This record gives sequence, C-alpha cells and structure tokens, in this order.
Amino acid sequence: MADTKIALKPADFQSSQEPRWCPGCGDYAILKQVQTVLAEKGYQPHEVVFFSGIGCSSRFPYYMNTYGMHTIHGRAPAIATGLKVMRPDLSVWVITGDGDALAIGGNHLIHALRRNVDMNILLFNNEIYGLTKGQYSPTSELYKVTKSSPWGTAESPFNPVLLALSAGATFVARTIDREVKHQRDILKQADDHKGVSFVEIYQNCNVFNDGAFADFTDKKKQPETTIFLKHGEPAIFGTNRDKCLVVENGKLKVAHIKPDGELPENVYVHDETSLEKALLVATLFGPADQVPRPFGIFYRVTKPTYEEQLRQQRERAKRKMGEVSLQDLLYGSETWQVK
Amino acid sequence: MGEERPSVTVRFAGDSGDGMQLAGINFSFESALEGHDIATFPDYPAEIRAPRGTLYGVSGFQVRFGKEEILTSGDEVDVLVAMNPAALKRTLHLLKEGGILIADSDAFDAKNLRLAGYEFNPLEDEILKQKYRVLSLPITSLVREALKDSPLSVKAKDRTRNMFVLGLVFWIFGRDLNIAKELIKKKFANKPDVLDANLKVLEAGYYLGETMDIEVPKIKVAKASLPRGRYRTITGNQATALGLVTASKLSGLPLYFVSYPITPASDILHDMAKYRYMDIVAIQAEDEIAAISSAIGAAFGGSIAVTATSGPGLSLMSEALGLAVMTELPVIVIDVQRAGPSTGMPTKPEQADLLQAMFGRHGEAPLIVLASATPADNFYMAIEAVRLATTHITPVILLSDLYLANGAEPWIIPNVETLPKWEPHLWKGNGEYKPYMRDEETLARWWAIPGMEGAQHVVGGLEKEDVTGNVSYDPLNHEKMVKLRLEKVKRVAEDIPLQEVNTGKEEGDLAIVGWGSTYGVIRSVVKQLVEEGYSVGHVHIKYLNPFPKNLKDVLTRFKKILVVEMNMGQLAFLLRGTFLLDVHQFNKVQGVPITERELKQTALKLLK
Ligand SMILES: Cc1ncc(C[n+]2csc(CCOP(=O)(O)OP(=O)(O)O)c2C)c(N)n1
Ligand code: SF4
Ligand SMILES: [Mg+2]
Repeated sequence: MADTKIALKPADFQSSQEPRWCPGCGDYAILKQVQTVLAEKGYQPHEVVFFSGIGCSSRFPYYMNTYGMHTIHGRAPAIATGLKVMRPDLSVWVITGDGDALAIGGNHLIHALRRNVDMNILLFNNEIYGLTKGQYSPTSELYKVTKSSPWGTAESPFNPVLLALSAGATFVARTIDREVKHQRDILKQADDHKGVSFVEIYQNCNVFNDGAFADFTDKKKQPETTIFLKHGEPAIFGTNRDKCLVVENGKLKVAHIKPDGELPENVYVHDETSLEKALLVATLFGPADQVPRPFGIFYRVTKPTYEEQLRQQRERAKRKMGEVSLQDLLYGSETWQVK
Repeated sequence: MGEERPSVTVRFAGDSGDGMQLAGINFSFESALEGHDIATFPDYPAEIRAPRGTLYGVSGFQVRFGKEEILTSGDEVDVLVAMNPAALKRTLHLLKEGGILIADSDAFDAKNLRLAGYEFNPLEDEILKQKYRVLSLPITSLVREALKDSPLSVKAKDRTRNMFVLGLVFWIFGRDLNIAKELIKKKFANKPDVLDANLKVLEAGYYLGETMDIEVPKIKVAKASLPRGRYRTITGNQATALGLVTASKLSGLPLYFVSYPITPASDILHDMAKYRYMDIVAIQAEDEIAAISSAIGAAFGGSIAVTATSGPGLSLMSEALGLAVMTELPVIVIDVQRAGPSTGMPTKPEQADLLQAMFGRHGEAPLIVLASATPADNFYMAIEAVRLATTHITPVILLSDLYLANGAEPWIIPNVETLPKWEPHLWKGNGEYKPYMRDEETLARWWAIPGMEGAQHVVGGLEKEDVTGNVSYDPLNHEKMVKLRLEKVKRVAEDIPLQEVNTGKEEGDLAIVGWGSTYGVIRSVVKQLVEEGYSVGHVHIKYLNPFPKNLKDVLTRFKKILVVEMNMGQLAFLLRGTFLLDVHQFNKVQGVPITERELKQTALKLLK
C-alpha cells in the first residue's frame, strides 16, 4: 500500500478466468466494486488474499488476480483466521453465501466475529441456495416455497446484522448489489476498519429467487422501504422525506414529519458507536410494506484485534521469560547427569 | 533384611481425589533420578471427581523401574498401595504372590466396603495375609495425628495421605527424601500451610518404616547402566510439543499450533500455549473443524501448521483433510488415539484409528501416516512429520496414543546441533509461477505464499488442471491428478529410513510386528524369546504410509508373522492387502496395555 507502488486499475485485479455466474446475477456487480475498491485503495495483488466457502458466490476468488483459496462449505472464516493470525501483513477477505455463512458455517462465523480478526467478511445474501439449485436457506422468509419446501418453510430466518452484532462484530453494515455507489463506499470503509468487518450484501439470484429484494431496489418503492443510515444524522425517509424513525418506549416507530420540517423530539439519531442503537435499528426486519429496512453502517468501534493481542501476549511472554534457547527449552526444569 | 531385584513395579491406587497421580509422578521422577530406567502408566477414570469410594472412581499410577532396559510398566506389581476397598478390589489381581500390599485400614469402613461390593473386610482375610505381605495401617489416623498442630481442616489434612504412602514406599526402597521434598516445595510454593503438612506427612510415612514393629522388607533395586548424558523424564505429549517447537526452529518456519481440547491430546495444547515465549502461535479453536481449517489457512501463508486431537476430532477433520490433500498444503495432524468408537473409553488406550488415518476421507485422498513408538519417540516423530510435510508439501497424520501420551520415560536430551536440518520446498521466485508445477523427483508442488510478488494463485477444492491449476473437469486430467497425488505420497518412501529388525534375529521363525505403543511389550517379549533360544525378530513400523521400501523383504525373511495391535487387526489388514502376506494376529481391545505374558504365550504357540 506504499505510495511508491504503481497505481493499479480495477481491471488489474481481474484474473484471466471468465466469471461463470448466470447472466444478470448480482454477483457481477459486487465483483466489480471489490476490484474498484482494491485499486482505489492502492493495494498490490500479491498483498491481498480472498477466501471463500462453497456456493455460487464462493467462486469469487477465481476471478481475482490476487492470492486466494476456494475452500470447503462454511469454513472460510476459520481458514482465514489461521492465515491472518500468522500473516497480519496481508489484506484478508472472506466471501460467503447465506447458506455457507449461516447454515453449515454458522459456528465459524460467530467465532471469527467474536475474536475480532482483522478481515472483511462479505456475506452475499440471496436468501436461497443458488449453487445447489434453489433450496431455502437460513435467510429465506418464513413460509417461503422452494424446491425443498414445496409446502412452504416452517422456520424463521436469521437477521444477519443482528446476529453479527450479538456475536461481537466491531464493524457491521448492510448494502445491496444494485446500489453500486453505496456498496463501494461501504466496502471501502469496511476495509479501512481495523478489526473484523461484516458486510451483508443483498444479492439478487435472478434464477432461483428473482426479485427477492425488489422492494428495496425498485426506484419507486425504495424511498418508502429503505433507510440509509448516516452517523450522527436523524433517520429520515419517504418519497417526500416526510417520515422518520422515533423511539417510543424503547422501540422504533415510524412517525410523520410536520410540514414545517420540525423533527419530533424523540427522533432516532443514528450513532455508529452505540451498540444499543445498532441493536435497536437492526430489529427493523419486517415486511417492506410495513417497516423500512435500514442500510449502511450499523456499528463501528475499535477494539484490539485478535492477532494483535496474540502478538502482544507473545512479546509479554518473551519479556517475562527472557531469552530461552531451544536447548534450554529441551532441558526443562528437572534434569540429571548420567556419568 | 534387604533383597535385590532387577526391576520392581509399584502401583498407587485410590480414589480419584486421593492424589495417586501426584504420588506416582513424584516417585517415578525420583526413581529416574536415582539412575533407574522407568516406564509409567497413569490409569485414571474419565470422571474428574467420581463419588468417593466407588469402583469406577479408582485412579491408579503404575511405575516400573530397575536396572535392565525397562520397556513396559509391568504385567504385575510388586508393591500395591490401596487407599480404599474399591482400589483394592480393582487392582489386587495385579499383585504378585508374595508382593507387598499397603492399605489404609481406616478407609475400610462399612460404607466403603459396601461401595466396593465386599461382604467382609478383605484386610482381615487370612488367605490374603498368607498370599501377600499385608501392611494394613491406620493411615488416616496416623496422618491426623502427625498434623494435630496444623491449622488445616480435617479434609485438607486427609488429602495428604498420598504423601504418607509415598514416604513409606520411599523407605521400602531406601530412597532419598530430599528430592521428593524439593518437588513438593515447588508444587505448593504458594501455600505454606499445605506445603508444611505435606512435608510433615511425607516424613511421618518414611519414619514409620523405620520404627514399625512388623517386619517390612527393604527392597534394593539395581541401577540402570544408561548411556552417558543429561536426562529428564518426558511423557509422549511433552515430547510432541517440544518436537514441534524444535521443528520450527530447525526449519526456520513460523509455527502455528491450533487445537480443540480433547483427552488425551489436550496436554499438547497446554504445553504449546505455555511456549508462547518461544515465538510460536498456539490457539484454541471453536471445534476440530475450525482447528484443521485454520491450520490450512496458516499453511497457505507459509507456516508449519499443526493440530492435535483424538479419534472423534480426527473424524470431524475428515472433510478439511480432503481439502488439504487437494490443495497440497503441508498441515500436520497429531492423533492421540483413545478407546472408541464415539466417546468410548476416553481415558483408556487403544490403537484403532489407523484405518481412519489411512482412508477416513472422501475420494482418493492419500497422505503420509506416521506412528511414534515410545513417549520420547514423539519428539523425533513430530520433527519427522514436519520435515516430510514441508518437503513433500502434503498433509501428514502422526499417530500417538494414550499410553504414549501419558506414559513417561527418561530421555537423554539431544544436543540441538545434532538434529536434522532441512530446506522446506518453498518457491524461490525463479520464473513464472504455476501452482501445480512439481519437483521432478519428489513430485512436490512448489509452496508459494501470499506476499510473494508475481506468484498470485488460487487453490481450492475443485479439481485443477495439472501445472496451471485452472479448474478442470477434464476426465483424463482428473485421473492424472489422482495418480499424481498418490505417486507423490508413494515417493516419500525414498526419503524415509529403511525398515530394520528392531530387536532379535534378522530372519527366522517368527516376526513379531507392531506399531505405536506396543513397542515396549513386543521388544521385551522378543528379548526373552531370543534368550530362550528362539529365532524371533521384532519389526516395529513407524512409517505406515508409505511403508518403507524394504518392508516386505524384511517380513518375508521370517516363516511366520504375528501382528500385534490394540485393535481388531488394522495393520494386519494393511499388510495383507498391500503385500498379500499371510499374517497371524494378536489383538486386544480392553483399554489396558498388552501384557508380556499373554503376548509371549501367543508367540510360543506359533513357535511350536
Ligand atoms: C459439506 C457440503 N455439504 C453440502 C454441499 C452442497 N452445497 C454446495 S453450495 C450449497 C449452498 C450454497 O448456498 P449459499 O451459501 O447461499 O451460496 P449461493 O450459492 O446462494 O451463493 C450447498 C448446500 C457441499 N458443497 N459441501
Ligand atoms: S444461480 Fe443465482 S446466485 Fe447462482 S450464479 Fe445463477 S443467478 Fe447467481
Ligand atoms: Mg445463497
């Protein structure tokens, strides 16, 4: 990332492999934005590593001209942890799907978040299993009819943002494939963050779950169905920017803004550094025609990273024990001489 | 008074809260310091604190020491300490006729007798007194008496009973109390009252020997003539941990150790976590899948990546090991085997994971499989595992087992300058990098690591085209890659020692073949048989995949082959399948070590 290096273009991060996603798949847009961010931030390809699990989205590393590993289903956060702990010098990214991260890999995800390993976890949420051709996933809505739920599901979905916050993530955001500028901005800030960054990206699977997020991307509906959170600003939305969120009895409600533009006293003002606020606003997860869906950075705090704490521990241990040679180590504390 | 013996076995048995392990370790260390060779066998229940007095709560520590090469912890014991009726019931069958039984008569009350299933007090049994030299002593009362001025609670006082018997056993063998005192001082350095009580009681036990009016035999045991050098005692798990740190220093590669706690492998994690000051990373993962996975990530980044587990954990690692085979990354898994399947008998030894290590993966997924033979051998085999992984760029499974992991032996500490050094097969940056370019001789692919400019590449679970590493579904390419991965592991045979006959005759009537912790018992039996004039050889296999090149030649120099295992015949299965050899089997799966007597009987039958 040093200034002396040649500035690269997004295309310099593109590998020679032709992406093999279905035409129209939301994954293309994300690939493009990631490449743009890497170039804008001045990375060199050999300093960056992409890990992925299994799923359509997890093909991602093949299309990057960086180091990468297409691993096994659900394990990418664990694999990435091993690398980052040993190689804090590298920029480490995890690409995962809703099944990969939240079904088979749920355990590794929460522990990577809890440990605050400095890496960027991008969850491509299409609310479906794409690669295995259309079964429901842990984020599919209740009663959804899919190949594996012909009578509808009987299980409620995860709210990934809430899950990440509860697991102790230090950077939690949500964005959407169609909003490329928002997406790029979020990805950049995620990478700026020192510590684990969790970014949920709503991604349209136009083959098995087309239109899952249409309520949030449709230009006409969007102003009513979405709130783009900004740090320190009141949560205002609506086609005429005439609605806002207010806090009543500890809960969020939608209120109308008076024609004179004066905001209610209890208007919700977003604060990225407040876990309480982040948790509260993350609970907005209802049907799009009833509750607006928040996007943006929910939470961002700085805490020591896992790898940094391990390094400091090692230094402390070395200081405490002094110089111990390998020979000394083998001797241990109790020895005797046979003459 | 005073009789001399070539070797003696002592077993301390009591409740799991009675401190038998501590007494045993202390006595073993002192035995080694006195110049004896030793072999130990800690035998404890899975329950941390089983209800007092119960049969399943009995914890034991057996140590054999003496003059000859001590190869096993002994079939039978010469001195048995039984702290309560349950301990007596569980272990009396081990005591030799004429052996010494030390029992705390205070603990043989109605309740404890009932818990152990005795209808009468065995200590008052005339037959028992005729068969053994019984020292039935009111140890609890004697301890309380010795500590009458101590501020400790009665319960805390009673907890020092182990020191009383330790003192008495020290007296029987004419040992120096000072070493034991030093160890106790270290252990209780921060608890002056407890330390004081332990020291007092240790002395009380010792001096009881001096003043006792019943006749206590003093036993003299000759010292061993061990090679010259500086020694320490070492358990298998300690040896593994030291071997890994050593391998990192010898190769110049950083060490990443990761593990999820599981008996009997956890002590490796404990040691590694301590060794942070040696500039290594040791972490506890959320499960075994994460352990092996993060090891794969670390290996991708150029580290020696190691995880340690036991059978159930190895099962969880299966899928990821497939990825390690496919991506051809050097990860090392140490499997400290225990009795299975499932949770099985987690504190008892068995060797039943060999076929899991060999074949327990999906697809054709060959990897290197090694097994250490003695506790200290774990040191050398851990280094060997790392050497082979990082030169052949392939995963390695090193098999240890509970008997090796917890057993201790004196270890002549090697001079680090004399240990093998090697060069890891790292990409040197000459020319264009392709992930599946290989070394012509070994077929190892070049290990290029992130950060190396111009060597960016993506590996993964999907089949890759030879050389380029591009994803490929080409039928012939897949077959080629399957064969390459197999051939790469086969060629490791060029880089490992030839099989030797470890003990006994180079050819003859019977080869007794083993792997892992059966080393001691086989060697001991073969030595006896050779002395008795039989032509028998001991072949101990440490390289299980690939086998040493000459293994078949060595085996076929014998008329009969007996394969000895603590499983139902897994090595036997491999030898038959690999070499079409007709082998006999000796199998024991009782969670207790094979005894010299039973193995010798089996061998003698085959020698008739
Ligand atoms: C151990 C294992 N189990 C099952 C599978 C099959 N599988 C591959 S991808 C997938 C689901 C992927 O869904 P998601 O993570 O949402 O990714 P998407 O394809 O939607 O991007 C499943 C079940 C597998 N590859 N490995
Ligand atoms: S199946 Fe869906 S998620 Fe997968 S590539 Fe096609 S459109 Fe994209
Ligand atoms: Mg999906």
